[in-house]
Amino acid sequence: MVEVRLPTLLRPHADGATSVGVEGSSVAEVLADLTRRHPGLEGQILDPAGTLHKFVNVYVNDDDVRYLDALDTKVSEGDVVSILPAVAGG
Amino acid sequence: MRYESVLDLIGDTPLVGIHALSPRPDVRIYAKLEGQNPGGSSKDRIALRMVEAAEKDGRLRPGDTILEPSSGNTGIGLALVARMRGYRLRVVMPENVSVERRQLLEIFGAEVTLSPPEEGSNGAIRLAESIAADDPALVMLFQYGNAANPLAHYEGTGPEIWRDCPDVDCFVAGLGTSGTLMGVGRYLKERNPAVRIVAVEPPSGELVQGLRSLDDGFVPPVFDPALLDRKLIARPRESVEWTRRLLDECGIFAGISSGAAVYGAVRMAEQMESGTVVTLLPDGGWKYLSSGAWTDDLDVVVERATRINYW
Repeated sequence: MVEVRLPTLLRPHADGATSVGVEGSSVAEVLADLTRRHPGLEGQILDPAGTLHKFVNVYVNDDDVRYLDALDTKVSEGDVVSILPAVAGG
Repeated sequence: MRYESVLDLIGDTPLVGIHALSPRPDVRIYAKLEGQNPGGSSKDRIALRMVEAAEKDGRLRPGDTILEPSSGNTGIGLALVARMRGYRLRVVMPENVSVERRQLLEIFGAEVTLSPPEEGSNGAIRLAESIAADDPALVMLFQYGNAANPLAHYEGTGPEIWRDCPDVDCFVAGLGTSGTLMGVGRYLKERNPAVRIVAVEPPSGELVQGLRSLDDGFVPPVFDPALLDRKLIARPRESVEWTRRLLDECGIFAGISSGAAVYGAVRMAEQMESGTVVTLLPDGGWKYLSSGAWTDDLDVVVERATRINYW
């Protein structure tokens, strides 16, 4: 099982859950299973073209998947996938 | 060393070995001490450069008021430059930044407008944009979209690192506006395309609870993701732990985002057989004394760090 952590603003679309246990061996599979369990998340994380929403960052453990293999990034049992909105600093 | 103006002290900061923190005997780690700038952070560089560029293109004229959204350091850098050049400054800042950041802005004479803490820097940007729309006389330099921001690092920070450490294999820095990573990254990759450029960021999206939808997200216009090789999260616990280790093992008193950058540098060093990692410590520890980062129980400080905006 893989743990997916949701940011505050997505929790209302997932029955208030802060984290969800899902199955999958890639980020794409993990997100698909997440959306299957919480259909309210449909369209929130991926854009209509099926790529990551511009203002969403997805991390496998501490690594931003855009700099790994994006949605094809491998995920293993016990990994934590975090979904976070893009936020500025400075 | 003799200077005619405090502004001449900006840049040319020292690079110092923090090899004691390296997990590998053959990987050296150097830290660039940006807290040595006169306003106390790397943001002095971009403040000066953005003001000079606006003066040159006629956007900024004597007596004008500058408006800028900033969680602190850019505001402080601008306050220093504005004071020396005769401008007024209004900074829009999230309410939950450390008290020292506000105090510094106030003693330099800046006017501070607070934005909702739960919206983080995104909220400060939005509020500054609405203030600017209502008062066209205000001059917004807008660090997030101003080419002079990465340029200050392309022409300053990057060449300094290359001059002092041409054997750099990997450069690690915090991601806020992305100016440091874009400017230094572009310069170093032009000199040696094999240099890896690594961003470290706090889990801000976790800490900023007030965004209503993902469309409230923000990616700085100056950010070019193609320049990065990797992006890592440094959580408050790791950031505070490495801020302490910097002091305990290397005698370096630096801010909490410096701890995050060092954590990233150590993570990269772990994966190398040998080589040299350079990281940038954006500011000194002075502005974070009130956070208890070095003195209080770690769990207490970490909990506090999830509520203050230290990036």
